[in-house]
Amino acid sequence: MQNNDIKVKELTVNMGPQHPATHGVLRLVLELEGEVIKKCIPHIGYLHRGIEKLSEDLTYVQSLPLTDRIDYLSSMVNNVGFCVAVEKLMGIEVPERAKFIRTMMAEMARICSHLVWIATHALDIGAMTVFLYAMRDREELLEMFEMVSGARLTVSYPRVGGVRCDINNRFLDKLYNFIEKFPKKVEEYETLINRNRIWLKRTKGVGVITAQEAINWGLTGPTLRGSGVYYDVRKFFPYDAYEKVDFDVPVGKNGDVYDRYRCRMLEFRQSARIIKQCIEKLPEGPILADNALRIRMPESPLKIDKKDIIFEIYIEDKQIQEFIQKFTEVYASVEAPRGELGFYIVCDDSSKPYRMRVRAPSFVHAGVLPKLCEGSLVADVIANIGSIDIVLGECDR
Amino acid sequence: MDTLYIIAITIIKTAVYFGILMLHVAYATYAERKVIGHIQLRLGPMVVGPHGILQPIADVIKLLLKEDIVPAKVDKAIFKAAPIISLTAALSTFAVIPVDKNWIIADINVGLLYVIGIAGIGTYGIIFSGWASNSKYAFLGGLRSAAQMVSYEVALGLSLVGVILMAESFNLTEIVNKQTEYWYGMFLFPQIIAYFVFVVAMLAETNRLPFDLPEAETELVAGYFVEYSGIRFSLFYLAEYLAMFCMSALATICFWGGWTAPPILIKTFPILEFVPGFVWFLIKVYFHIFLFFWLRGTLPRYRYDQLMAIGWKVLIPLALINIVVTSIVKYYY
Repeated sequence: MQNNDIKVKELTVNMGPQHPATHGVLRLVLELEGEVIKKCIPHIGYLHRGIEKLSEDLTYVQSLPLTDRIDYLSSMVNNVGFCVAVEKLMGIEVPERAKFIRTMMAEMARICSHLVWIATHALDIGAMTVFLYAMRDREELLEMFEMVSGARLTVSYPRVGGVRCDINNRFLDKLYNFIEKFPKKVEEYETLINRNRIWLKRTKGVGVITAQEAINWGLTGPTLRGSGVYYDVRKFFPYDAYEKVDFDVPVGKNGDVYDRYRCRMLEFRQSARIIKQCIEKLPEGPILADNALRIRMPESPLKIDKKDIIFEIYIEDKQIQEFIQKFTEVYASVEAPRGELGFYIVCDDSSKPYRMRVRAPSFVHAGVLPKLCEGSLVADVIANIGSIDIVLGECDR
Repeated sequence: MDTLYIIAITIIKTAVYFGILMLHVAYATYAERKVIGHIQLRLGPMVVGPHGILQPIADVIKLLLKEDIVPAKVDKAIFKAAPIISLTAALSTFAVIPVDKNWIIADINVGLLYVIGIAGIGTYGIIFSGWASNSKYAFLGGLRSAAQMVSYEVALGLSLVGVILMAESFNLTEIVNKQTEYWYGMFLFPQIIAYFVFVVAMLAETNRLPFDLPEAETELVAGYFVEYSGIRFSLFYLAEYLAMFCMSALATICFWGGWTAPPILIKTFPILEFVPGFVWFLIKVYFHIFLFFWLRGTLPRYRYDQLMAIGWKVLIPLALINIVVTSIVKYYY
């Protein structure tokens, strides 16, 4: 019987921006037919802080702390990325020791970030316990960040031309102990979820994206490698000390949630391997290049009031003038935990960037969500968001 | 006069039973937080009283004092009735559950049917709350719950048929008495398949992990009770824990021999004869309650379609096979 008075339409559900499983302030507008998603539209921009624009008014040195806030879960890698770009712009050669320290720190940040990922991803799928196990290990790493930089999250530790301060043996011992134990702990997480039938059912064959599609969508990092594409900035365009350490790039096969999960789990072990090599090969020497960007403080800071100090901070323009002849724009990228994090800087003859653009992997990955979600069930949205591992701070900048 | 006497006794019995039950429920929340805390390398509640022992009382006071919010666009009558339906259904099941020999409020002949029937009414509370809340999340949660509970009730009921066949009775006391005739004193071993089906269905029936889809925190935020607050929310919470107790008690009575100890155990250690029946009962019930907590600390959550597939394609056939096998064995021996 046909009843023309009854109108049938999809149920529109607004998932986010305040939702426990959208990892921040992502808003998804879902059109549901029963439990099946017909349409998924991601809305972003709830965490826009204008970092790119703000950096146009700050000198290169002052911009550095801003990059902490791009991806707040792996601020160390953001700092390194920014420094690599500015160093390329100005032709600053980083001392060996600083390169190794930076590599070590970047890998620590990668472990840190992946720990948050496994914690939240597992929690989204319903395994609560993994969350607390991962947070326990992350705590140790954050303590180590505090030891070297004084901050746990927004570290601002690398500098253009090196790192801020040297590391001591106490730190190295602590890190070495952690790295020795860490692969065992990863196994511990895996025993909880890896061969769990429910976990496999929830992740295998869900959110499939083929290699070609993944490349077309511009995916990078573990999200791309899960589809079987061998691409890693650390291997293809090595920066810092990545040329001098051995490591493998884990690659998946099917491009589903499970393969992306496997890639990241294997990356834990590779990161641990890199850190171990960095500790063993760590050379002696300076930690900051001679021509590194420095802040010239006023002669006697005590006599000048605060307002003047702020205006006095500038970098030595002479250095920039020298290199400005060679470059006017630069793009440099690093392998952030979430993918390729690129900094594109256009400079003019001032001590500030004319324009800075951040190529954020999360932004690109958020765009692929409709592709992954449409046609699947509501519960798969959560698994997909977890598996592409987006941080909205990085997405919106 | 006689009738009045019986009514008075029943009211007193009910009141005592109710009080003790509520205490157990309150401390089950505490136990859950402690157990999961220790599974997850935490301590759980530690602040209120020594080792947080007064935490449930603090929680109750907090929930009672909270503002009772009824959103503007809800269907007010049904919105208010839903938690009461859930709670009443959950509480009523305990009327026929024997805790010890003759420790029972109503020893009726169709006890088992009564429990399953009344537990089914609890679903209405959930559907009503999902519908009346006028919220999409609550609506989805309510619908999921309706589908889940209806399909798992079938499996739950069928798994108990084997027990009924063996006991030749629906009376819960009778079922327990029948089990003492075996030297191991429980239906667990001959009905192991039924027990497996029952435990899985019991998890689904009480909306606990790995089947807590109606209230899947991460997808539906809280599911059907997302719009509820204060005391109304706590009624749902209470109903959930009561359902856990009810199902654990049912598992204990139907498969673990209720308040009786296995005769073989008594024979080997005669001193155990002096352990009162309700202690055995509580030990067995709390084992099942612990099972709920343990699974919650360990397992991820199933997806909606997978949950339905397990219910219809695995559990119900298993239960049916069990019935057939039990009947054949029963007929020839």
